[in-house]
Amino acid sequence: MTEAVEQHPLSKYLRAAMMPHIWCTGCGNGIILNAFVHALDELQINLDKLVVVSGIGCIGRAAGYTNVDSFHTTHGRPIAFATGVKLANPQLEVVVISGDGDLFAIGGNHFIHAARRNIGIKVICANNFNYGMTGGQVGPTTPLDALTTTTPYGNIEHPFNLVHLAAAAGATYVARWTTLHVRMLTMSIKKLLQRKGFSFIEVISPCPEIYGRHNKMRTGLEMMEWFKKVSVIANFSDPAKAEITPEKIVVGEFVDIEKPTYEELLHNKMAQIMKEGEEE
Amino acid sequence: MTGEKAVLTGVHFMSGDIACAEGAIAAGCRFFAGYPITPATEIAEHIAARMPKVGGIYIQMEDEIASIAAVIGASYAGLKAMTATSGPGFSLMQENIGLAAMTEAPCVIVDVMRGGPSTGQPTLPGQQDVMQAKWGSHGDYEIIALAPSSVQEMFDLTIEAFNLAETYRVPTFVMADEVVAHMWEKVVIPPAEKIRIVNRKKPNTPPDKYAPFMPDNDLVPPMACFGEGFRFHATGLTHDEYGYPRTQSSEVQMRLVQRLCDKIRKNADKIIRVEEQMLEDAEIVVFAYGIVARAALSAVRKARQQGIKAGLLRPITLWPFPEKHVTKAAEKARAIIVPEMNCGQMVREVERAAKGTSVFHMPKLGEEPHTPMEILEFIRRHGK
Repeated sequence: MTEAVEQHPLSKYLRAAMMPHIWCTGCGNGIILNAFVHALDELQINLDKLVVVSGIGCIGRAAGYTNVDSFHTTHGRPIAFATGVKLANPQLEVVVISGDGDLFAIGGNHFIHAARRNIGIKVICANNFNYGMTGGQVGPTTPLDALTTTTPYGNIEHPFNLVHLAAAAGATYVARWTTLHVRMLTMSIKKLLQRKGFSFIEVISPCPEIYGRHNKMRTGLEMMEWFKKVSVIANFSDPAKAEITPEKIVVGEFVDIEKPTYEELLHNKMAQIMKEGEEE
Repeated sequence: MTGEKAVLTGVHFMSGDIACAEGAIAAGCRFFAGYPITPATEIAEHIAARMPKVGGIYIQMEDEIASIAAVIGASYAGLKAMTATSGPGFSLMQENIGLAAMTEAPCVIVDVMRGGPSTGQPTLPGQQDVMQAKWGSHGDYEIIALAPSSVQEMFDLTIEAFNLAETYRVPTFVMADEVVAHMWEKVVIPPAEKIRIVNRKKPNTPPDKYAPFMPDNDLVPPMACFGEGFRFHATGLTHDEYGYPRTQSSEVQMRLVQRLCDKIRKNADKIIRVEEQMLEDAEIVVFAYGIVARAALSAVRKARQQGIKAGLLRPITLWPFPEKHVTKAAEKARAIIVPEMNCGQMVREVERAAKGTSVFHMPKLGEEPHTPMEILEFIRRHGK
C-alpha cells in the first residue's frame, strides 16, 4: 500500500509563497526549472551556498521561484550582477537563469565578457525565439522569416547561433538541448554545476501562446513535435555548424574544457602580491 | 598573509582621486568595479594597485552598466563596494542606481564631474550632474550625495559616504569635480582606530522568520547577505516585506516607495552637514559647493575686508538638500548668490528654500572654476 505524501519530494527547492507561477500552458520554463531542481537534488547541492540570479522576461521569475538566495535584476544585467557576487564570495555557486533577449540582446555584452574572463558563473538560457513577456516581439534568436508582432511581414534579421557565440567567447562548457530532452538536460545541468569555469546551456523552449501562435504551432505539443522531428543529437560537433533552422536543431554538448578561472588567477595573483609585500 | 596596511596613517601629499581611493579602502571597501573615464580614471588605477595588497577585489568591467551591476552584486554578497566614473558613465549607471535604491543595496558611486552634456569637455571641471544625482533614475526614491571641496575631503567624505550607505542601505554619491579630483594637496590620514566606521545592520531573527525588507523603527531593514543561510529573494519589482513581487498592489507600492523616500527624508537632520562661515550677520550669503566654495570663501573674506557683510553657506551634503540651513540664512540676508559650474541647478533648490529672498545665479561653463575676484565682483554688484 502506498502512503500519501503531503509534499512533493522536490518542494523544498521551491518557494511555495511565490506560487502560482506566471507561466502559460505549454510553456517550457517549468520543464527547465524542473530539470534544474532535479540536478540540485541529485548532486545534493548545499542550498545555503547557491545563488540564483535572473534578468527580465518570463524565465526571469525562476530566481524567485527557487528557494535559495536569489536576485531578480534589471533587464540584461544578471551576468554583470552575478560577476560581482562570485568575485565577492567565490565559495558561492552562482547560477544565472534568463532568456535569449535578456542575455543576448540587451545583455549580450556582459555574456561575451564574462565568458572571455572565464568567471565561474553558470548560465542557463531559455531560448523561446521571441520576447514572450511583452507579447511576442522579434529577438536576437528569432529565425529568419518568422512572424512576430514586430516582424509582421517575416523576420529579416539573421539569428544568433548561441552555442557558437558562447564557444567563440571562451565558455568552458557549452551545451544545447530542447525541453524535449529532459534527461539529457538534467545531466547537462549537473555537469554545468560541477564545472569550475564559465558554463553555458541553451535550452530551446516552447512558447506556444506567443511565438507559436504566430508561427503555426499553437500548442505546446505542436512545438514539442517540431523539436522531436528536427533535433539531432551530435555531441562535440562543430558549434559553428549548429545554426538553428526550421529543418534542423543540433543538440548535445559542444565544449567541455578546463582553463583557469578569473577567480583562480585573481587569488593566485593576490597571494603572490601579498607575499612579495611581506618580503620587502 | 597580512598584506599592506589598509589605513595609511600619516601626512601625505596626494591627488583628490588618490585620496578618494584611500578613503574607500580605509572605510572598508573591498570591491571596486569600474570602467576608465576621464577625470576619474586615477581612482581605478590607484585601487587596482592597492586592492590586492589589502585582500580586496578590483575588476575592470566592460562598461559602466556592468560596473554598477557588479557593485550591487558584491554588496549583496557582503562586501563594501564602490565604482567611480564621470558624467557619461554616470548616465549609463542610472537604471541600476534605481535598482540599488529599490533593493536597498549599500554602495558608493563617485562621480568626478566634467563638462557636459554628452562627451562634452572631458578634462575640464563641471557641476552639471548634481540634479542627475538626485533625479537620474526613474521613479521616486531618495539618495545621499556629498560634495567634497578639498583633497582632504575626497578622503574624509568617501569614508562618510560608505558609513551613510551602510547606515541607510542606500546608494550614496561622492559628487566631486575635476579640480578636486586632479588637485594635489596635503592629506592627513588619522590612525585606523580614530576613523569612524559603520557596518550595515545584520538580522537577529532566525532564517525562517527573516523578512528581508521589514524595516526597524529607523525605516531601514537589517540586511542578510548571500550565503549566510537566510535564502531570501530580492527584486527590482515592487515587493513586499518578504521580497516577493507585488506588482498589482497599490498598497504595497505606496508603503514601499514612501518608506524608501522617508528613510532619508525623516533622517535628513542626522545626515545633513554644512559648513557655515560668517553667516551670523551676513547680508549677502554665498551658497557654493565643491571647488567653487573655496573661491567663494576667499571672496567672502575679501568682501568683509571691504565692509560688506558677506557669509558662506557650503553644503557638504547636496542631497538631502539642506533646506533649513538655507531658509535660516535667508531670513537675515538681502541676497543669496549661487556660483555654480552649470547653467543653474542647485540654485533652484536655493530659490525654493530662500522663501522670497533674492537669489542670484552665477553660472560658469567651459573653463576653470569661478575665481575669488569674479565672485567678489558679483557680491559687490548684487550686494548694494
